[in-house]
Amino acid sequence: MKPRPFTYLRPDTVAEAAEALSEWKEAARVMAGGQTLIAMLNLRLVDCEAIVDISRVPELSAITRTKTHLEIGAAVTQNRVLSRPELAQEVPLLAKALPWVGHFQTRNKGTVCGSIAHADPSSELPLSLALLGGEVVLRSTRGTRVLKAAEFQRGLLSTAREPDELVTAVRFPLGAKGEGTGFREVARRHGDFAIVSLAARARADAIDLGIGGVADRPAVRTIPRADLSRLDDIVDALAAELGGFEDIHATARYRRDLVRRLARPVIDEALSCSA
Amino acid sequence: MSAPAIRSAQAEAPSRPPRAKDRQSSSPLGQPIPRKEDEALLRGRGRYADDVPAPAGTLHAYVVRSPIPHGLIRRIDVSRALALPGVHAVLTGEDVARLSDPFLVALKQPIPQWTLAVERVRFVGEPVALVLAEDRYIAEDASELVDIAYEPLPAIVDPEEAVAEGAPLVHPDCKSNEVSRRDFTYGDPDKAFAEADKVVKLRVDYPRNSFMPMECFVVVAQFRPSDGSFDVLANFQGPFSAHPVMARALRVSGAKLRLRTPADSGGSFGIKLSVFPFVVLMGLAARISGRPVKWVEDRYEHLLAASSGPNRVTHIEAAVKNDGRITALRMDQMEDYGAFLRAPMPGPLYRMHGATTGAYDVPNLYVVNRVVLTNKAPAALIRGFGGPQLYLGLERLVQRIALALDMDVLDVIRKNLVPSGAFPYRAAAGALYDSGDYPLCVDIATGEGRLEDLKRRRDAARAKGRHYGIGFAAVVEPSMSNMGYLSTMIPASARERAGPKNGAVSLATVNVDPLGTVSVTADLTVQGQGHETVISQIVCDQLGLKMDDVVVNLEMDTVKDQWSIAAGTYSCRFSPGTAVAVHHAAGAIRDKLARIAANQLNVLPEDIEFVDGMIRSKTNPDNGLAFARVAGTAHWSPVMLPDGMAPGLRETATWAPPELEPPSGDDRINTSLAYGFVFDMCGVEIDPDTWEVRVDRYVSMHDAGRLLNPLIAEGQIRGAFVQGLATALYEEFRYDDKGGFLTGTLADYLIPTVTEVPEIELLHIESPSPFTALGAKGLAEGNCMSTPVCIANAVADALGIEHVPLPVTPMRLHALMAGPEKTPPRQAKATSTAATAAKREGARELTGSGAVTIGAPVAQVWRALLDPENLKATIPGCHALDVVGENDYRAEVSLGVGPVKGRFRAEVRLSDLDPERSGRLSGGITGPLGDASGAGMLRLEPIEGGTRISYDYEVAVGGRAAAIGGRLLDGAADLVIRQFFERFASRLGASSGAPSASWWNRLTSALRKPQ
Repeated sequence: MKPRPFTYLRPDTVAEAAEALSEWKEAARVMAGGQTLIAMLNLRLVDCEAIVDISRVPELSAITRTKTHLEIGAAVTQNRVLSRPELAQEVPLLAKALPWVGHFQTRNKGTVCGSIAHADPSSELPLSLALLGGEVVLRSTRGTRVLKAAEFQRGLLSTAREPDELVTAVRFPLGAKGEGTGFREVARRHGDFAIVSLAARARADAIDLGIGGVADRPAVRTIPRADLSRLDDIVDALAAELGGFEDIHATARYRRDLVRRLARPVIDEALSCSA
Repeated sequence: MSAPAIRSAQAEAPSRPPRAKDRQSSSPLGQPIPRKEDEALLRGRGRYADDVPAPAGTLHAYVVRSPIPHGLIRRIDVSRALALPGVHAVLTGEDVARLSDPFLVALKQPIPQWTLAVERVRFVGEPVALVLAEDRYIAEDASELVDIAYEPLPAIVDPEEAVAEGAPLVHPDCKSNEVSRRDFTYGDPDKAFAEADKVVKLRVDYPRNSFMPMECFVVVAQFRPSDGSFDVLANFQGPFSAHPVMARALRVSGAKLRLRTPADSGGSFGIKLSVFPFVVLMGLAARISGRPVKWVEDRYEHLLAASSGPNRVTHIEAAVKNDGRITALRMDQMEDYGAFLRAPMPGPLYRMHGATTGAYDVPNLYVVNRVVLTNKAPAALIRGFGGPQLYLGLERLVQRIALALDMDVLDVIRKNLVPSGAFPYRAAAGALYDSGDYPLCVDIATGEGRLEDLKRRRDAARAKGRHYGIGFAAVVEPSMSNMGYLSTMIPASARERAGPKNGAVSLATVNVDPLGTVSVTADLTVQGQGHETVISQIVCDQLGLKMDDVVVNLEMDTVKDQWSIAAGTYSCRFSPGTAVAVHHAAGAIRDKLARIAANQLNVLPEDIEFVDGMIRSKTNPDNGLAFARVAGTAHWSPVMLPDGMAPGLRETATWAPPELEPPSGDDRINTSLAYGFVFDMCGVEIDPDTWEVRVDRYVSMHDAGRLLNPLIAEGQIRGAFVQGLATALYEEFRYDDKGGFLTGTLADYLIPTVTEVPEIELLHIESPSPFTALGAKGLAEGNCMSTPVCIANAVADALGIEHVPLPVTPMRLHALMAGPEKTPPRQAKATSTAATAAKREGARELTGSGAVTIGAPVAQVWRALLDPENLKATIPGCHALDVVGENDYRAEVSLGVGPVKGRFRAEVRLSDLDPERSGRLSGGITGPLGDASGAGMLRLEPIEGGTRISYDYEVAVGGRAAAIGGRLLDGAADLVIRQFFERFASRLGASSGAPSASWWNRLTSALRKPQ
């Protein structure tokens, strides 16, 4: 469990990081907290020629609250976000989902953007970003672009990030007045990858339901409040549509049934928090 | 010995054994003294094997392991690895076969095992080559350059399939994979079954698991050419019966294998016996390279192949009377040891043998023991060692008996327990239970443990429609094994020829230096049980000293320390064994000092007492000398010693209990010296949505004789409980049905963390063992035996199920309990019924299907499919494609998902071609990341404006990817296959109706694209 040789680069600015990526492209991997990447390197699952360590780039360590969203820089750790006293008011769903991300120790190093850029189908943060309709900010020597979460995550560990691009920040929309959110996860042990995770947002006229761990990326469906009476049928059909993956901890059928059983409680939680 | 009449517990109540809290004494023995070890360990100042400085010039080793479960080694080419700068040598099976002998095996069967595979590999993770390099990084880099060609053979995974006619043989020289079978009859079970009111039967499956130490294996080996000896530091734990096995393999006498163990241990739980093959391997590596060699096992290696407990299939049945009495038991125990029998296997099948009837007074017994080999990692020592397997069957059966007779489980238990006052009690198969009061333990556990409260919780939960169950387990916990128990495996006549094996030797040395400080060594290895503390307590008890006056060093050095083949830390041998030897050695020192002091104080030795660092007259406490002063006399003034007394203060005591006799002619064996008792009771609730099992309350009642240190006892019990819980709910080594290993990371091999462990309530009584000087018994394995079946019984009670699959995972309960699916998905990818889900669990074929639409006519699509140039451009990451036959290709491809990428050698074949209609695409890939093979059908149909290709596939993934990437494999297979068809579709689709020149342009441009 030792990695293959690689070149280690630690840029001090975003511009330097973008230069490095522009030079190394596919041969480089970006490292922020390293909580996933280092394990994968040590297991020799990832083969790369260069590591671009962005953890000490000052520009990337900001958490900025605008009128519409909370922007989290790429070097910001999960625990920094979680320890924000006003988080439960700013992005209530994040305050509910973040405690499920790994363990206290991994959250001390792991970053919010890193989790989203890694695009694991079972991760809580991509699910939260997708459910809330957040955005991902990408930067390269060619310029900056902003993608919607749904455009960013393309599939299993796959995103729209070009090899020369750096995720510099993600933007979580601020919770609106009267909205409520809910989060629920089933994992074998606390801190494990979710077998199924569910998130819900209750808005004035509709419910957004997000499901992680079942398909190759988070699935988000909007259910008009008028249709809530048919919720069981909607969720049943949604579970069948998502299909689900198999692994040694969960059959696809078990995953689908978790969706069927837990969608209502998570929606109820969101409704109970809404005004 | 005939069974004594059953008397009620009430009748015995007046002689209630003492409780720990009752005791009042000034001696530190029996007091809850905090562990001396913890200060250093908790401050990160432990001295573990990897912390010991390696000698100058040490090379670092990396083990190259088999990625396949069974196959012949056709060729090993180490030239590319050797060419890497920093690499010094690469060992293969040829080297070890030349310089060493196969390990001794307990069975007379041709099961040769070397430290590296010779000619054939038999399990995923089997060592095949060893790379020696300047550092570990280079060694791992070089390991990827060792080219090994295997010829795969069919593997056998399931023990019952392994013994079926025509099963692939793990060792072809053995005629069967069942390498040992013995039948034992005690009493007259057939008569009892004939006269039974009812016969209750059950089958149980005990899973494969480990109790995982935090610290993995470490070996530092040196070879001294001057005398041909080996000097090895390893975190080996014993039993030291493995020492002659290692020495014989290395072809040296015992004294020429100096084995040392470090001061501290990051846990063992039996597992670190299995470092011994690597002691030999690194010894050979040191000899070949002429340099010291260090190897530190990593977690991946540890999970893959370090060790595990054996899995067991048990068919058990009881002859019962209508009043609940069990008159006879029959058991067929089939134990799966994996690919080899590592010494001292098959221990778990025989360690409990004398106590097969457990806590019950059952006079008639029939047992069949079978040892089966399969293509899995070899099993070996593990905490509990045969107990968990035995009690899963026995205690589940007791619950089934109660249901069959419509009785309360507790009434069945009470009806059959070995009665109070029956001790010492000879069990049917020969165990001599030394002391105890089982019915009293049940009374205390259900009374003080508040069974009524548990029932109220159950009834309240059930009234609300929730799943709640109560389980019990009664367990006899043996400690200190009879070294002769394994010979029960061979018939009495063969035992006679081989000579008797029995007993268990314990050794300890107490030394007093000229300043009066006491130091102790013993035949133990450190594992974290707190032996340093308890040994200090025993010495202080004898010599009237403070805990800090005693230094205990348990670093073993086989050339300089006292040890016997029974040495080591295993099978709870400390309390009834080494602790007694320490007691006797300290007693000898006490006697000697008392005589010296009596001489100087002008009193009789009988009048001497040892109190608070003083040696003084009992009758006149003012007449005394400091302990150090008396001790100094023995060093400085031999002339002042009593006549005939040897100078110096160093005593080694030997302790070998007479009760450990060899197996009798009729195969009765007292397998252990002391037998404790555990009675557990728990309530569990099962979530009807997620099928997660939550332990609501857990009560564990123990009688381990006299408790030497109640604080350490509690720690041991809590630790064993966590591991028992792990067996019940979490931990399992999983193999697919082709022998692929699936749990190569701690994300898949699930060790419960503190958030998964419920609080437990502990109760004790103390029935001192009459067979040991201290009256203490082992207690560190009981909950590994009782907790899995106690939880299983509670789950069975909650859900009304007979077969409780261990570990009881939510997925498995869901498969058992969920009915048909309301709306199954359209694609038949997933298992749709509980029955198929259960059957398919071992299968790891990834299946899927899909369809693409292409804007090109069928004829053109068909041509493109058969066109190698097009295939090359279509196969994702294809570097080169060679045509080796018609529609048969070899390719170099880079495949991956997201950041996970690897280069593979691929074989692709098209067959069963029905032109322009359908064909079969099959092949495989191999590379450092693992291997995969699969096949799929393609169907073409014309649709408006083009062609629709529909496909389905089945892919089996093995090697590293399967072992560590299991969670993502299903999705990854889907993705890679979809990529192929999407690329195919996009290449052709755009050319719909376009002239072929354009098609050619695109193709050539694709080929020019740098890869």
